Amino acid sequence: MSSKKHNSNSSNNININKPVPFVGKGYQPKTRRWMSYFVFFIIIAILELGTTTGVISSLTMPKPSDVLGTIIELFESGLLFKHLVPSTLRLVVGALIGISLGITIGTLIGLFSYIRSGLVPVIAAIFPIPKIALLPLFVIWFGIGEGSKYALIALGSFTPTVVATYGAVDNVDRTLIRMGQSFGLSWISIVYKIVLPGAMPGILSGLRISLAIAIILLVAAEMLGAEYGIGAYILEAGSLYDLERLFAGVTILSVLGIIVSVLITMIEQKILKWRI
Amino acid sequence: MNIQINNLSHFYDDSKVLNDINLEIMDGQILSIIGPSGCGKSTLLRLIGGLEKPSSGEITQIGSPPLDCLNAMTYIFQDFALLPWRTVEENISLVLEDHSLSSEVKRSVIDDVLDRTKLKDFSYALPKQLSGGMKQRVAIARALAVNPAVLLMDEPLSALDSQTRELLLEDFINLWHRKPFTAVYITHNLSEAVRLGHKIIVLSRRPGKIIETINIEKPIADRKSIDKDLDQYQKHLWDIMHDEARATDSELLNV
Repeated sequence: MSSKKHNSNSSNNININKPVPFVGKGYQPKTRRWMSYFVFFIIIAILELGTTTGVISSLTMPKPSDVLGTIIELFESGLLFKHLVPSTLRLVVGALIGISLGITIGTLIGLFSYIRSGLVPVIAAIFPIPKIALLPLFVIWFGIGEGSKYALIALGSFTPTVVATYGAVDNVDRTLIRMGQSFGLSWISIVYKIVLPGAMPGILSGLRISLAIAIILLVAAEMLGAEYGIGAYILEAGSLYDLERLFAGVTILSVLGIIVSVLITMIEQKILKWRI
Repeated sequence: MNIQINNLSHFYDDSKVLNDINLEIMDGQILSIIGPSGCGKSTLLRLIGGLEKPSSGEITQIGSPPLDCLNAMTYIFQDFALLPWRTVEENISLVLEDHSLSSEVKRSVIDDVLDRTKLKDFSYALPKQLSGGMKQRVAIARALAVNPAVLLMDEPLSALDSQTRELLLEDFINLWHRKPFTAVYITHNLSEAVRLGHKIIVLSRRPGKIIETINIEKPIADRKSIDKDLDQYQKHLWDIMHDEARATDSELLNV
């Protein structure tokens, strides 16, 4: 019967003009900037509505408008910067040490097979250690002050940077290196003019992960002994079960994360202009 | 400067890729090397340029390169090998930067090669903005900038469409005519080989050995894209290569 239907269809369709159906829809990622604002807005609106009407108990979630009020209060009292300045300093110093060491060691691993064979297993062994567990050790080594915090953040951002860097160096187009050699370029020139720029996209995307880990470790370090800092502020709010302040602290961290991500995107746009 | 190759054989692990190659590359001439795919053409070129060491035999430079030559053996690669983060001009300047040249000398060398390859208007373009033919012109300009004693070209036109290929072939011929250079031209394209080569050698399938050498007397500038004289050579070459190519085609690859 189906064949009969098919036959009659095909004979009937001869006189029907129909545009070719478009089947190539989707699978093309595009940026729709408003979408991210929209999602944030919906989440916050639901929370606000739920907490105001009492559907969400004030014990489980704070009211978003109260959290905003707390942040404004924090700003007006000047306490915000008292917490933010030492935190930013710790993040910048710690991450700078970890990332610069990480890029150096990662490049050396990528370039020399002896260093690679020697260090890759060591890095693999260090990577999964929760660095927070080592904090007591760092306190003994570098003191209870800033030193141990820098060390913790540095070690935490070091390992992912190393892994991203040597992976990126491995992926540099070998024909470009052969080209450099065939034109008699010095070793230094090949590294600085071919290997490092070629590895830059991989290194920068590794930095996104390294810096997120650095922020996580910043808070962990501050929770274990700091008078001022976002981590100390969150810990204090948590022990008093002050949800507004807890969420105010968490929001500040999220904003910090977004700022770091935007900064990396800006760097990428500037120095990776040559990519398609 | 001539290049003399004596009893050259080469192995990768246990498999022989090149078998007893004897060859002389004459100063100011273009040598075309053709052969079925995987016959060791590219390996031979890498050996001549010193990117690899031969397993046995010798490659000797006879005479010395010209005084203003910065890099005696200079490659032009099939995939162009341009640094994507450098502009056309910076890509050319890359190969001059390691030599202690004054900025005026560098400037004049860059201007000269950009002019010879008709790239003047593109000096600030990035490689991603250029067509394949333009990219290969940049690579040629870069190679000319070091004033090479021998140009080693590894299928330089294979990544291009056939019209662009014809245009670039004409450019090559003009460049050679204006200032003859020594070149080794690897190709699997018979018409390119007979258009450019003063001498053409045919390699057998793996392990590659020379199975035919022909010399074409007709001046390169007089050869046309449709040329009765060249057709005879091309037909002769195809007769030799036909069976080799057939045998290569039906081989199992050990990869």
